[in-house]
Amino acid sequence: MFWTYLRRELRRRIRQAAFIALGLALGIGLVITVTSAATGVQNAQAAVLHSLYGVGTDLTVTQPPKQGAGSGLSFGFKQQIKQVRSGQIAAGTKINDNELENTQYGTLTAAQLAGVSRQQHVTAATGALSLTDVTVTGTVPAIIAGQGASSFSSSFTSNTFTVDGVGVAHSSPGPLSSATVTAGRNFSQADATSDVALADSGYATAEKLKTGSTVDVGNTSFKIIGIVSVPQGGTPPDLYIPLAKAQQIGATGSARLTNQVNTIYVSADSAANIPAVQQELTRLLPFATVTDASNLASQVTGSVGSAASLADNLGKWLSVAVLVAAFGLAILLTMAAVARRVREFGTLKALGWRSRRIVGQVVGESLVIGIAGGAAGVALGFAGAALIDKLAPKLSAVVGAPSGSTAFPGVTGKLAQQVSSAGAHTVYVTLTAPVTLSAIVLAVVLAVAGGLLAGMFGGWRAARLRPAAALAKVE
Amino acid sequence: MYRLSGVTKEYGHGAVHALRGVSLEVPDGGWLAVRGPTGQGKSTLLQIMGGLDRPTGGTVELEGRDLGRLSETAVTRVRARLIGFVFQAFNLIPTLSATENVETALAPLGVRGAERRRRAAGALAAVGLADRAGHLPAELSGGQQQRVAIARALVKEPAVLLADEPTGNLDEDTRDDIIALLERVWRERHLTMVVVTHDSVVAARAQRTGLMRDGQLTLARTSPDVGTVRPWTDAAGQQGN
Repeated sequence: MFWTYLRRELRRRIRQAAFIALGLALGIGLVITVTSAATGVQNAQAAVLHSLYGVGTDLTVTQPPKQGAGSGLSFGFKQQIKQVRSGQIAAGTKINDNELENTQYGTLTAAQLAGVSRQQHVTAATGALSLTDVTVTGTVPAIIAGQGASSFSSSFTSNTFTVDGVGVAHSSPGPLSSATVTAGRNFSQADATSDVALADSGYATAEKLKTGSTVDVGNTSFKIIGIVSVPQGGTPPDLYIPLAKAQQIGATGSARLTNQVNTIYVSADSAANIPAVQQELTRLLPFATVTDASNLASQVTGSVGSAASLADNLGKWLSVAVLVAAFGLAILLTMAAVARRVREFGTLKALGWRSRRIVGQVVGESLVIGIAGGAAGVALGFAGAALIDKLAPKLSAVVGAPSGSTAFPGVTGKLAQQVSSAGAHTVYVTLTAPVTLSAIVLAVVLAVAGGLLAGMFGGWRAARLRPAAALAKVE
Repeated sequence: MYRLSGVTKEYGHGAVHALRGVSLEVPDGGWLAVRGPTGQGKSTLLQIMGGLDRPTGGTVELEGRDLGRLSETAVTRVRARLIGFVFQAFNLIPTLSATENVETALAPLGVRGAERRRRAAGALAAVGLADRAGHLPAELSGGQQQRVAIARALVKEPAVLLADEPTGNLDEDTRDDIIALLERVWRERHLTMVVVTHDSVVAARAQRTGLMRDGQLTLARTSPDVGTVRPWTDAAGQQGN
């Protein structure tokens, strides 16, 4: 009786039922699409961060630079202008200066690295150096009265690339942990103090490098022993060299980097303990910056960030608004349908139907409409997600030079831009919109909730009917 | 047996007195026709006797139980088991077939699928509509719809049949058919029947006729047409006029 009556009644008001279901479908479809897009943006951000960190890295530790770091650079042009004026350097002198510099962070000692690895819940800690190789070439011009540093620096050209000094032990965490060797070989223990390097595949292609090629890093010739590539969205350095060599030839200004690192990669024993580890490290190194994935995510700008903001704010509230409107429409139309069936329900009460049986009939009808709307909403959600997959442009993620970075004081103009921009990376990631199981479950829950809500309001109206009054209604 | 004592019904905080102290006894198997012009309280009386509404004052006893004092659930159960209704506008569910409409009277009694269908089919056959069992109300004539309504009222074998203007929407010939059907079932099933009607032809077929005027009921004598098939014991309750 229940299903027969339900089926026939829905067929009688098929248009109204379809209208309600469509409203619910739109709301639910939008929720799924926005949820999927938000998941896709999160995945894109995670891909960027993942490659930034490498596999197995939960936290990174860096140090802000000391005041005045980098001030001893030999190509600080104010100093050179003074030297030309004083005759120490003659106009016309050719300059070809190649240095491997710590431009981004302050330094951390081996003792500090050991201290980090001893902390509770820390399973591994690896030190590395993120450096920039800068080559400046040109001819020293004559000094004209009133000439400033920027016009002096325009006589020189510079070339920069990024270099990471990494441990040769192939362990995770670390900048090489997510890389794959595509040609040649990886570092071995024997390479710890050798003049060998790995080239990033993108850099190798651009500079026409292959295994066996040589490249100058910090005035030292290194042999390329392998080409590596990182997952899409990564921000790899151009070259990797053994950490000991980087410590030997690198410098912060004029100070060598012996036994120092500028980034520590940390793995925790579980995701739940990451906050605790972060706290321990902050206590151990109060002046350092300890970042986890969420901290780094806030530094990621570019259209990835904008998409995340759009999905979180506009997308979320738009979905809520459409859903509320759909629920409201379902409730109103259900109550209107009950109002039109007053005499019918009065008759059933006269026949001995209890209120709850009649309410159950109304709720059942609404639930079926809600489930139909939910199913259509899931289909719409999949379609919306597929549309995003097909049409979405590549998103850019810019990870700016993190806190603790520094430009070269005294270096201005184009050269300064080139050197400081070596700390910022722009990567492109493709936005996808994966429909997750949780999104589908959410859709089902919303559909059932919408149906129940509409049914309860309609059922409440039906339950309140007095049989005599209901039978007196003229239809 | 129905026993009404001093039943009153007021609406709008006493603004309208639909019933003014109606007292009445209808014995088991009795057939009462209640006549009167429109708006005199006939349908209100029927609704109160059927437990569809509660009196403002007085008692309405059916088989010794005061319907006015029972809970809504208990009254609903009484209606489900004991009382069959026939309405002027038939009041069939438009989306259900003739059989399914008859089944709606058995659903609250917990009668299950096959048994329910069998009994519904039997009830339709008893009113001569076996060949219309699968038709929707819109596909039936007025007379056929009223027969379905009568089958629906009778399928649960009630003790009481309350009919509110059962022939009000029918032409003369169909009216005669329906009233003949009602008389037949009354005789065969020993029903207690109360029929509200403005039609004197219909009222003449009953054992007793009551005249409703301005909320008060005046009972007439036993109808001679029915004769002594089942004599109505004359009970106290006649309203003096």
